[in-house]
Amino acid sequence: MITFTINGKEVRGQDGWTILEVARWNGIEIPTLCHHGALEPYGACRLCVVEVNDGKRSRVVISCMYPIRPGIQVQTESPRVANVRRWIIQLLLDESPESPKIQELAKTFGVTPSRFKKAGVDFACHLCGLCVRACQEVVGVQVLTFGNRGLRKAITSPFNAASKECLGCGTCTYICPTGAMDQVFQRVKG
Amino acid sequence: MSVTFKALENILEHYPPSSEHLISALQDVQAKFKYLPPEAMTAVCDHLGVPLSRGWAVATFYKTFSLEPQGEHDVAVCLGTACHVRGAHNVYEKFRRELEITGQEGTTRDLKFSLRQVRCLGCCSMAPVAQVDEEIHGNLSQRKAGHLLRTYRTR
Amino acid sequence: MQITSIDDLQKAKGTGLNQLYPDKPKILVGMATCGRAAGAQRVYDLLHKKAQQEHWDGVVEKTGCIGFCYKEPLVDAIFPGKPRITYGEVTPEIAGALWEELAAGRIPEKQIMARLDMDDMVLNGGPRKFFKGKLKGFLAKTPRYEDLDFFKLQRHIAMRNCGFIDPDNLLHYIARGGYFPLYTTLTTMTPEEVINVVTFAGLRGRGGGGFPTGVKWASCRKAQGWPKYVLCNADEGDPGAYMDRSLIEGDPHAILEGMLIGAYAIGSSEGYIYVRAEYPLAVKTLQRAILSAREAGLLGENIFGTGFNFDIKLNLGGGAFVCGESTALMASIEGKPGEPRAKYVHTVDKGLWNRPSNLNNVETWANVPVIIGKGADWYRDIGTEGSKGTKIFSLVGQVKNVGLVEVPMGVSIKDLVMQVGGGVPENREFKAIQIGGPSGGCIPKEHWDLPIDFDSLWDAGAIMGSGGMIVMDNSTCMVDVAKFFLDFLIDESCGKCIPCRLGLKRMREILEEFSAGKGSLADLDEMESLSEAVKDGSLCALGGSAPNPVLTTLRYFREEYEAHILQQKCPAAVCKELITYTINPELCNGCTACVAECPQDAITGDKKKPHSLDTSLCIKCGACFEVCKFGAVAVA
Repeated sequence: MITFTINGKEVRGQDGWTILEVARWNGIEIPTLCHHGALEPYGACRLCVVEVNDGKRSRVVISCMYPIRPGIQVQTESPRVANVRRWIIQLLLDESPESPKIQELAKTFGVTPSRFKKAGVDFACHLCGLCVRACQEVVGVQVLTFGNRGLRKAITSPFNAASKECLGCGTCTYICPTGAMDQVFQRVKG
Repeated sequence: MSVTFKALENILEHYPPSSEHLISALQDVQAKFKYLPPEAMTAVCDHLGVPLSRGWAVATFYKTFSLEPQGEHDVAVCLGTACHVRGAHNVYEKFRRELEITGQEGTTRDLKFSLRQVRCLGCCSMAPVAQVDEEIHGNLSQRKAGHLLRTYRTR
Repeated sequence: MQITSIDDLQKAKGTGLNQLYPDKPKILVGMATCGRAAGAQRVYDLLHKKAQQEHWDGVVEKTGCIGFCYKEPLVDAIFPGKPRITYGEVTPEIAGALWEELAAGRIPEKQIMARLDMDDMVLNGGPRKFFKGKLKGFLAKTPRYEDLDFFKLQRHIAMRNCGFIDPDNLLHYIARGGYFPLYTTLTTMTPEEVINVVTFAGLRGRGGGGFPTGVKWASCRKAQGWPKYVLCNADEGDPGAYMDRSLIEGDPHAILEGMLIGAYAIGSSEGYIYVRAEYPLAVKTLQRAILSAREAGLLGENIFGTGFNFDIKLNLGGGAFVCGESTALMASIEGKPGEPRAKYVHTVDKGLWNRPSNLNNVETWANVPVIIGKGADWYRDIGTEGSKGTKIFSLVGQVKNVGLVEVPMGVSIKDLVMQVGGGVPENREFKAIQIGGPSGGCIPKEHWDLPIDFDSLWDAGAIMGSGGMIVMDNSTCMVDVAKFFLDFLIDESCGKCIPCRLGLKRMREILEEFSAGKGSLADLDEMESLSEAVKDGSLCALGGSAPNPVLTTLRYFREEYEAHILQQKCPAAVCKELITYTINPELCNGCTACVAECPQDAITGDKKKPHSLDTSLCIKCGACFEVCKFGAVAVA
């Protein structure tokens, strides 16, 4: 067992566990978007950031992937953590102001839309990749993928076309946190 | 150039069926056809035993690859830092106007030129520079850019 | 020729030296990409053809770039018993005249830049003098390399062979002491000793991070797992930096030898070089070097009969800046999109194919043979307390002597710009120097006494990066520069994590407001807090360092931001929303040059009479400004 602290409270976990796993086991709330217990962690949304002091230096890491180590001191609400989290929610909210899941997050953290708020988008995709990972790791058909990069990055199927391999199982729409997958799914299953 | 079985076979025979060769094989296809024809991409993925979704992800991620046929002459204008501080942006806009490219990058209707931006060709001493096909042209101004296109048009 | 023993190596060195310095005249043409861009290929072709046609008893050869990029194309004449003479700006048009003189055994004075009295050799036991006695006539007055302001402060260690050897000739490399350090390593040192030497020498990673190379090697050696990989990062992507390309094009075997020594130290038998496909000449040079090393038995199995095996594969990058990041580079070699992953488990433990992997950049590898050959003490003597050795910089932008320079760590920015670089062009004023590419920062004149090393730059808010140094003068707008780097990074972001993908976009939107004269001072604070969030929250170093250009310009040039926001003015007259072009009727003589260039037909006027510009039609492309020879077009 590995012993360390979260917000000053001593906690313990097995070797190989992540900070997020230990935190949730102990009832400490850390928000996530791209995390799902059935899938490999991906580390894209960065909502689950925490500050870790390993005795040498203090840095901001993502709790869903950071393996616990003896003696580390974890802060889930430090000013640096709060600043990252607030900005991520701000950016997400401005991208898809109508998404219920994002609205809920915004409400919890007291974030309101800014002057850069996008108009006309109800369910923007935030590229959390749950659908892609579910399609690959759970369903095993590897139809969905990330296409392109940067601001043009999007969830697609090859050639943006209907796929022969798609089973039409709908796992992707089920797991999608924002509802953006519905449209893509219609196109992919053909 | 149309996609022939022979042309593809010549490329694929260099690669044992393993996913690590995906990018290299696609680069060869790109060099051969100047873009990635869908049937060629599918053939590469089949040969190497990787899902088509992976081929698609790679082909759209890297700038080397284009999914549409390219113009006869490739005009790559450097917008690296050294070129930028010496006015490359205005030169680029000149190319865009002359070639009537509506987007940031693109191919002329007559398929004569493809215009694209590159970040640093490593010829900073001659900034601003542009590379047309294999040849680098340095110390460009808007006026020289116009001349340059005219010489390639008549070639 | 197989090289499997010290006798073979000595023999190869003898043959190589005879080729490097034959008993007959030799003409060298600098043929790296920068030379070729200036027309060196045509110069070489011409000289080569003439030599053949006229059955000239001499040698015409190509070589790499010695750094004088601003004087390309470069041609060198090496006559037995004479100093080596460097001619600058030998364009194809005047190469014929130069040939006539040289072919007749004469050294013409025209176009001479400098002379070299001896070849320092670095690795090969002391300098080799080119002549005895005293020089007479104009040769005596010709400046030596070390007399030139451009060279005075320089010391070529990584670039030791660039401009001296034919990069495709393995024997040339051996002639200047190459592969002897490898022999010493394999036959007299344990891997631990190699690591100790490199650690004690104080070599730090030249790719930008400055991590101690020996420490990295030691961790990789200790890591569990097999096979282990040794990788070379040649995906030089920083705009304005081209030292790695030049090293590869000028001296590829230095990199191979460095990797061989590193592989022995780490316990690896497989290596990869990941090189930018945008560098076709560098790719070809590496291919040829790997092939010739393999043919000689210097790559492959049982090298020097010691039982040590190592071979190198070449991977071509696909044009993605983010692939310079270690985990993205490894994903790319594996045939995947170049998306970085979290590095909570280090790549020395789990890197390529999840195996222990050691990645160093081109310049780092090129330094390794010298450290082994000359010893750690020799190397430690160069540089500053915390940063040992030399660093290659590409000195570019608004500076007179544009080129590649290799100087000891600790040289000041001022000396680099004013002495080596010869200052900014006439009528302009030094404003800032941008160091470290898109992850670096802009350092203003107030700090130009700063000695350049890893730690001092970090404290100033920049980073060493790969060594691009872009000089900016008063025609450069700092808000525009910040925007330029953000554009670059937005374009190159892989898009995986939100702080980088959306955070940089937001930063860009705020900057866009500034450059249009909108926004408020409160937005500057907002920008700073967003910058911190992007730094802390991003997955990899691309996002983690992306705010640096914004933060340093804010820190050092806040008043320029304020001029945009409060006075709606762009002091450097760059931001299009805030500038207007006008024609000064007193200076305009009606030459009509601008009328011909204006894409909008916005300029009117009779011939030989002052013209006028209709600002409602003007798109501010600057074509008129550029073409006016009389300074009549004003921009403010």
